[in-house]
Order: sequence, then C-alpha cells, then structure tokens
Amino acid sequence: MSRVDVRKTYKLFIGGAFPRSESGYSYVVHDSKGAFVANAALASRKDARDAVVAARKAFGGWAGKTAYNRAQILYRIAEIMEDRRPQLVQAVRQSEGLSGSRAEKVLDESIDRLVWYAGWADKLTQVVGNANPVAGPFFNLSTPEPTGVVAVLAPQESSLLGLISAVAPVIVTGNTAVVVSSYQRPLPAVTFAECLATSDVPGGVVNILTGDASTIAPWLASHMDVNAIDLLGVAGDTELTTSLEVAAADNLKRVRRAPAAEPDFATDPGLDAMTAFVETKTVWHPIGV
Amino acid sequence: MPPSPTTATAEGAAGQFSDVTRSDASLRGFLHGLPGVDQVGADARAAALGTRSIKTTAKAYALDLAIRMVDLTTLEGQDTHGKVRALAAKAMRPDPSDPTCPATAAVCVYPDMVATAKEVLGDSGVHVAAVATAFPSGRAALDIKLADTRDAVEAGADEIDMVIDRGAFLSGRYLQVFEEIVAVREACARPDGSSAHLKVIFETGELQTYDNVRRASWLAMMAGGHFIKTSTGKVQPAATLPVTMVMLQAVRDFRETTGQMVGVKPAGGIRTAKDAIKYLVLVNEVAGPDWLDPDWFRFGASTLLNELLMQRTKMTTGRYSGPDYFTLD
Repeated sequence: MSRVDVRKTYKLFIGGAFPRSESGYSYVVHDSKGAFVANAALASRKDARDAVVAARKAFGGWAGKTAYNRAQILYRIAEIMEDRRPQLVQAVRQSEGLSGSRAEKVLDESIDRLVWYAGWADKLTQVVGNANPVAGPFFNLSTPEPTGVVAVLAPQESSLLGLISAVAPVIVTGNTAVVVSSYQRPLPAVTFAECLATSDVPGGVVNILTGDASTIAPWLASHMDVNAIDLLGVAGDTELTTSLEVAAADNLKRVRRAPAAEPDFATDPGLDAMTAFVETKTVWHPIGV
Repeated sequence: MPPSPTTATAEGAAGQFSDVTRSDASLRGFLHGLPGVDQVGADARAAALGTRSIKTTAKAYALDLAIRMVDLTTLEGQDTHGKVRALAAKAMRPDPSDPTCPATAAVCVYPDMVATAKEVLGDSGVHVAAVATAFPSGRAALDIKLADTRDAVEAGADEIDMVIDRGAFLSGRYLQVFEEIVAVREACARPDGSSAHLKVIFETGELQTYDNVRRASWLAMMAGGHFIKTSTGKVQPAATLPVTMVMLQAVRDFRETTGQMVGVKPAGGIRTAKDAIKYLVLVNEVAGPDWLDPDWFRFGASTLLNELLMQRTKMTTGRYSGPDYFTLD
C-alpha cells in the first residue's frame, strides 16, 4: 500500500511563531528549471506590520543581552544549520540550480559567515569604539549601540549565503530584523527560520516574510517604528530604490543603499554591514570620582 | 426575552420594580427567573460579530468615536499628581499634532487624585471619574464605602465607579448588594441637587457565569446605576466580548421594559484598535445605534488610546506609526 504524502506548508516566521499570511494568499515557487516546488506564504503589508511589532517587542531584551551571549546564540544558529545540512543543501540546489557539491560549498560558506559574524559580537566595540582624548578631566568613551528595528530586503539571487550575509550583521550588534526573503527563492529562508526557531534566538529578533519585496518594502520604508532599512534585495531597480529612500526619510531612517547589482557574497564582507546599523554613544565620565 | 413587566407603572424603574426588590426572596426569584444565557451561543455570536470588516471612512468614524468613548484610566499605587496632570492634559488633547483629534470622555482616577485631575480639566468637557467604595476589592464596611464616595463627589468627581460586593452576590445575598448600590447612588448626590453619575462594576472575571453577569446587570439597573461596567482591570479575565454582549442585551431589554437607558462600560484588556472596533460593532448590533455615544458606552482603558491614535495617524498619513510618537503613560 502506498503511503500518503505528508506535504509541508511553508509559512512565515513572526515573533518566534510560524503563522500563515494574514492575507491568506500564497504563491507558487518553482525550481531553477521551472518545475513546481511548493506554495509559499505571500506576506502582506499587515504581516509586515505584525513583524515590526514583534521586532520592536524583542528589541529591548536582545539589545540588553551581553555581546558575549549574542555571540553564543549566533554560533548556536550555525550549529543547528550544520545539523540540518541535507535540508539546506536541497533547498539551495532547488532554488539556485546548483550541483550538489556547489550547493554544499554555498552552505559551508553560509555557516562560516555566521560563525565569523558571531565572533564580531564582542569585538566590534573594540574596533569602532574609542576612548576619545578630550580637553578636561574626563573619560570620554564612544561605543556602538544597536539602531533598533531594521528592515532587511534580502538578496534575490543568493538565497542562503546572501540572506545570512544580510541578516547576521544586523542582529549581531543587538538590532532586531524584519526580513523580506527572495521572492523567487524563498525556501532556504523558510528553512533558515526553522533553524532560528530551534537555536535560542528569542522570538521576534529575526522575523522572516516570504513574498514580494516591491510590494512590502514601501510599507516598511515608510513605517515610523522601523529605524533602518537595508535595500540590498531591490538592487538594480533604481525607481523603486529612490522611492524607498524618499519614504525612509520621513522618520530619518538609516538607509543602506542598494548596490547597482547584487554583489558576490563569497568575498570578504568587511565591517560595513555591521557599522551601517549602529549608533555611536559617547559617555563623559569625570576622572578620579 | 425580558421578563413581562406585569408591575409596570409610570413611576419609572424604581417604582416598577418595587415588588421585586421588596425582599431577598422576591429579588432572588426575579433574578433567577431571568432567561439563562446560552454560553456557547453567546461566545459564537460575539466571535461572529468580531469578524465584521470595518474599513476606510467607517473605520475613521469608528476610531474617532472610540477615542471619544475612552475613560483614560490610571489606577496604580504608584500614581502621582504629576502623572494624573499629564494624563488629564492628554485626555483633552490626545494628539497634540492634530487639532481634529477629539478629546476622550473622561479621566478615571482614585478619589484622592480627583481634585488634581479636575484642576487641569476645568470645564473642558472631559469628565473626572473616580473609583470609590474600597476599589478594587470592595471589602470594607458600608459607611466607609459611602464616605469614600462622598469624598470623591465633594472633590469634584462627575462620575463614580463603584464595585459591588462580589462575595455577597455570589452567596446569593442579592438584596444586600442592591441596597448597597442604592446607598452609594444616594451618596453621589451633590448639595445643589444634581448628582454624580454612578457606574457599577461587576468584576465579571469573578462572577463565574454569564447567567450571573445577566443577573448582576439587572440588579444594578434596578438599583439605579447609570452605567454597568465589566471589570476593575485588576482581575483576569477582564472585559471580554461575550460578557459585554450579555450586558448590552440586558440594557436593551431594560429599556424595552422601563423606557430607561443605561450605559455600558467594558474595562480592562482592550488593547488594540481592532478590539475597540469589535466592541463598537457589538454595541450597534446588540443594543442598537442609540448606544453609539460616549454618554452610553465607554471604554475603560489606558494603553488603548495610543493604539487608537496610531491607527488614526495611519489613516490620515497613509503610513504606519509607532509608539515613539505618542506619550508614554
């Protein structure tokens, strides 16, 4: 007797839970050759709104954790991803049309990238912070602080390595993220969400919406409770990026502008992605008290 | 649905029910003779009404109406005069950046804060409501409760929110509860002959059943309460849609029987604008549009106001707003 298929429902990841889209819509996801793979939830503006509320709620607790603890938690995500290798490799293969060994390599790079960023959690302050010399008997210390809720438009092509290269630098410094995944290639993001849900990341720190960035992003860009936005995922669409930058100006969001085309994520990412979403806090403290 | 008004007279509710309220036995007979509430049906009906979609201009109207119905509340041990003053200022101008934003109905405080709130509110039209009668437990002797009430009225309270003695109610001493409400209502009288409005709090979270909510509603209305109110906000569950629906049915039936209107105030646990709109749908469908007025329906709430303001801002600006743009209170 043949067994009945147990098919998976691909859902959103908001506030540590996996809800369906508020709109009730889903869309068909194809593999690189155009064959049907799955139905993914099509996030609406209200899902984005809910995700922002969840991210805001999680911000205080996440930013308040010690940098050392955040490093541990990011490393834990890497551990869980390692555990789920076959599933992630399969997702990358389907989405990006890579051979098995190439997909394995992408996964290696993704996990290594996460570990690399995890290491930065308690080191960034030493690099971009400073003890400033001032003309008076004061210690004057500048330290990076997280910006707040960051909307991340994840890259469209690089569905896993690009996603992690966009999300990890945002959360490692203590921000919380509302991520809009690749539209054509959302499945690695959904699997990544399942890794997050089982790896000590508090609910709401990373929220992942599968859907069309061009319809969701305007709501995130104009949202008064979003503090920054990374436009990576709409690289190449100058009309859209311009309108998003204009909308983002309403509450003086930090904007990480979109490059002309999607970069090669295999190269050394540098510190820019982390320093784009931190604020410098400077404290004056009298000497000798 | 309402009991047949066999004793109806033209003297109004008190006279009409004089037979009923003559003794504990007759009162119990009447209250237990009220039709029972189908709990599953009530839950389902309230949930079904909660699915109505209110959008665009109707939503804008509902949001403004909900703001006008808010009793902006602070009932904390840590309340200070400064906090009450700030809250009163907010009640008059909830959104200082938008002059078209209406004021709330009232500010709800402890009796010792009434004078402070009154000082700020003056004759702005925003009322001062005071919780009295040993709020929130109601565990005090009657004369202490009455003194509490008179104090608040003397200090300038326009409305008194009293709690019923749930212990007496649950053990069936209905007449005691009735007489207490009557006494508090008398204590609401001012020297000039006018009277502060009386809201009667049931603490429905402690009443156990919808049948009890219906009985308490009739009891309070017969005793002359101007408003019936679900909860103190100090007990979970506080206001819920089905409980409010049962109370709205009671005020509707009471008007059919006596011709008198009584207001309803759900309080506690209403946090989102969407919740508030669900309540308004319920009011319209169950009691009728006559109750869609701050004189007859109120929300006891604190955080709800900011949510309503955020939604209102979203409607007018077309972009989502955030808590950073409204006062923390």
